[in-house]
Amino acid sequence: MSHHIVEVKNLRHVYPDGTEALKGVSFRIHHGESVAIIGANGAGKSTLLLHLNGYHSPTAGEVRIGDFLLSKGTLPGIRRTVGMVFQDPDDQLFMPTVYDDVAFGPLNLGLNGNELERCVADALERVGAAHLAAKAPYHLSGGEKKRVAIATVLSMSPDILVLDEPASGLDPYARRQLIGLLKEFRHTKIFTSHDLDLVLELCQRVILLKEGEVRADGPAAEILRDERLLAECRLEVPLSLQGCPICGKRQG
Amino acid sequence: MTSIEGALLDFKRLDRLAAGDTALHRLDPRAKVIVTFVFIVTVVSFGRYELSALVPFFLFPAILVGLGNLPAGYLARKVALLCPFALVIGLFNPLFDRAVALQLGPLAISAGWISCASIVVRAALTVGAAFVLLALTGFPAICSALERLGLPGMFVVQLHFLYRYIFVLGEEGGQASRALELRSFGAKRPSLATYGSLVGHLLLRTWLRAERVHRAMLARGFSGAFPTRTVGRFGMAEAAFVAGWTAFFLFLRLNNGAQLLGSLLTGHFS
Amino acid sequence: MWATSAATLAYSSAKLRRDFDERVPPLMGVLGAFLFAAQMINFTIPGTGSSGHLAGGILLTILLGPHAAFLSIASVLVVQALFFADGGLLALGCNIFNMAFVPAFMVFPLFRRLAGNAPGRLRLNVAILAAALVALQLGAFAVVLETTCSGIATLPFASFLLMMQPIHLAIGVVEGLVTVAVLGLAQKARPDLLRGSLEGRFDLGGKRVLLAFLVAALLVGGGLSRYASVLPDGLEWAVGKLTGKTELEASSGVHAALGAVQNKTALLSGYQLPAPARKEPGPASEKATAAGSGTGVAGVVGAVLTLAVACFCPYLFRGRRRTKPEI
Ligand SMILES: Nc1ncnc2c1ncn2[C@@H]1O[C@H](COP(=O)(O)OP(=O)(O)OP(=O)(O)O)[C@@H](O)[C@H]1O
Ligand SMILES: [Mg+2]
Repeated sequence: MSHHIVEVKNLRHVYPDGTEALKGVSFRIHHGESVAIIGANGAGKSTLLLHLNGYHSPTAGEVRIGDFLLSKGTLPGIRRTVGMVFQDPDDQLFMPTVYDDVAFGPLNLGLNGNELERCVADALERVGAAHLAAKAPYHLSGGEKKRVAIATVLSMSPDILVLDEPASGLDPYARRQLIGLLKEFRHTKIFTSHDLDLVLELCQRVILLKEGEVRADGPAAEILRDERLLAECRLEVPLSLQGCPICGKRQG
Repeated sequence: MTSIEGALLDFKRLDRLAAGDTALHRLDPRAKVIVTFVFIVTVVSFGRYELSALVPFFLFPAILVGLGNLPAGYLARKVALLCPFALVIGLFNPLFDRAVALQLGPLAISAGWISCASIVVRAALTVGAAFVLLALTGFPAICSALERLGLPGMFVVQLHFLYRYIFVLGEEGGQASRALELRSFGAKRPSLATYGSLVGHLLLRTWLRAERVHRAMLARGFSGAFPTRTVGRFGMAEAAFVAGWTAFFLFLRLNNGAQLLGSLLTGHFS
Repeated sequence: MWATSAATLAYSSAKLRRDFDERVPPLMGVLGAFLFAAQMINFTIPGTGSSGHLAGGILLTILLGPHAAFLSIASVLVVQALFFADGGLLALGCNIFNMAFVPAFMVFPLFRRLAGNAPGRLRLNVAILAAALVALQLGAFAVVLETTCSGIATLPFASFLLMMQPIHLAIGVVEGLVTVAVLGLAQKARPDLLRGSLEGRFDLGGKRVLLAFLVAALLVGGGLSRYASVLPDGLEWAVGKLTGKTELEASSGVHAALGAVQNKTALLSGYQLPAPARKEPGPASEKATAAGSGTGVAGVVGAVLTLAVACFCPYLFRGRRRTKPEI
């Protein structure tokens, strides 16, 4: 299944004001992998994700999705393959009602009638937001917005799911729901998060960014245990891997 | 204008009312838009010294409020808030137009006062009807109805976007001005310079937001055209609604309803 | 006014659709919301202690170009008219003309001429200031003109004009200063913000097109408003024509028939409405009779009664609904 491979080679990105957000990032993600991109604020995570969908064009280097090099010609196809959920759900929900919002993508793909209905209902069901269909986005709570934002992307049945901080602002129950939801998604998942416990639970692999470079890339269990490495990157060992605050014993 | 938070709450309240579920709410928005339009045109078409003939028109918003299960007090208060503005427009009239138009016992009422009152009544009627329409239909549905009635698609998209992001930017603006208030110790309003930079930052944030929204649209296959989903249909109920009210308005336009009723009554009792 | 505004609306939409830039819709929408929010934050006007807020017509035009800005400002006005009855629903056509059409299509060309293609800081600021001033002066003038023409208020033209123009001179200066400050700050952070209007990307495609368009719009506007304008006088005339109930001919057709009906139904016929109108159908007495007809005792009684019914209406239906589920 080579067409779901995500490959980034020597990717550099310089913003118009001169900030060099990515300084030569390379990695390769295979089909079905679940990868977390972690790093401190401003490490370049969001910038990197925006390259996977062609919003930024590389200052240098290249991005390959499946068999296609990302370029103007391949962009529409790639955007169909890569479903992207943004950091701020208010950016993602721009239609009058939740239903319209979830239907926006499928309508653009040419779906209509029963097929559309089913697709939208299904996506909303999967994020547990079926009851919100008729509501306007501005009547939703933060967590509800987040879930609906994910539904807007699921409704397009992407092969690769990219999420920027999916868990921020969710209450524990909604967070748990999200974990279940993402576990269910069988294709490639790439997401950023500051919630390292969630990362530990969902990913086999972690890419650690530091100031626009890949500082480490490997199995989640290893990297998330490396106290020195994490501290160097302004991160902390996730709670579930820290010693128990009472007895000092480590789990697993 | 009121504070940002107040305005946003107001929006949300009207919007929630539109989520009601009565026969009127379920009616195709186009029918309601058309009837409201006819209503407003009819009311405005009255001469400037007309007063009593306008009064029966209050029946329209009142009946809709009743059938639509809307909070009458709330809507009335909203309309009442506006009356001072209409009064300001009309207040010059009594000064310039002093011909006596009506003698009620010892009281001589000048034409100016009547036209002033007429302006206020008309404003209350049209605004009331607009609020009722909003509360029964909701802004987005009104926009879609207008599009299907021929308003340019670009403008409708613009209205949708505006309405959606009023809530987001209103909150941002509200936060910014609250933050400013908290640090400006007592000075109630910012000076020009502070205001400039406050609004400038708001503008920058807005611009960035627009770029992000654009991205989110592209991510879901946006290529310029807004896909629309047509809902609702113009059936018998809608046709009857439009025809019935239009006939009613036309009747009231041609006859002074209050006069008819009044002469019937005074006639009966004397 | 409604006609001009509507024509411009259609024209701008068509124009934007033709040279479509898919980045524009979200930008227009969100900037409209920005304008909305910005208008609700008040500032103190130096020296006077009173407060004001941004009108923003020029600001948006410079950022978006005339067509997109026109639609954007118009949409803000529509929402304000609907939700706050700000300016009233009736004045919407006029408002769109004064606050969207004037800055976007009449003042923007001036701004372009003043600013040139690569203005320095000072020249740019002067151009912005001048544009804001002119926009508000023209807007105020238009308000006076419209009010007088509509005949809604009877304030004499000259004194109204004398009152409005100086006030708006002051407002224009403030608006200009604020616009300069806001754009200055924004441009420092994002130099690309103003690129569109400074490089002439938004030019209106030659003066001739503009002129032709203006003339067409005015013609259409003038022609239509005579027949269908919602401004009271035009419409009154139109309705009168349509139904044959011109006030001068009160005795003819429908009216007479109704008078007869009334004669039969009302036992006491002293207060009937058409009677005086029939006797003296002169233009001079038209005012008085129209008022008189509406305000005889019968009229007052009827008005009070219908009002009472109207007030009672909401509760009438409500009561029924409440009891229903219990059955
Ligand atoms: N539009 C922009 N213009 C200029 N610089 C930018 C822009 N967006 C981001 N940057 C800069 O690029 C760097 C990386 O930003 P990015 O948003 O990718 O960080 P992040 O890892 O997502 O951080 P966070 O955890 O806070 O979301 C930061 O230094 C930031 O200041
Ligand atoms: Mg980020």
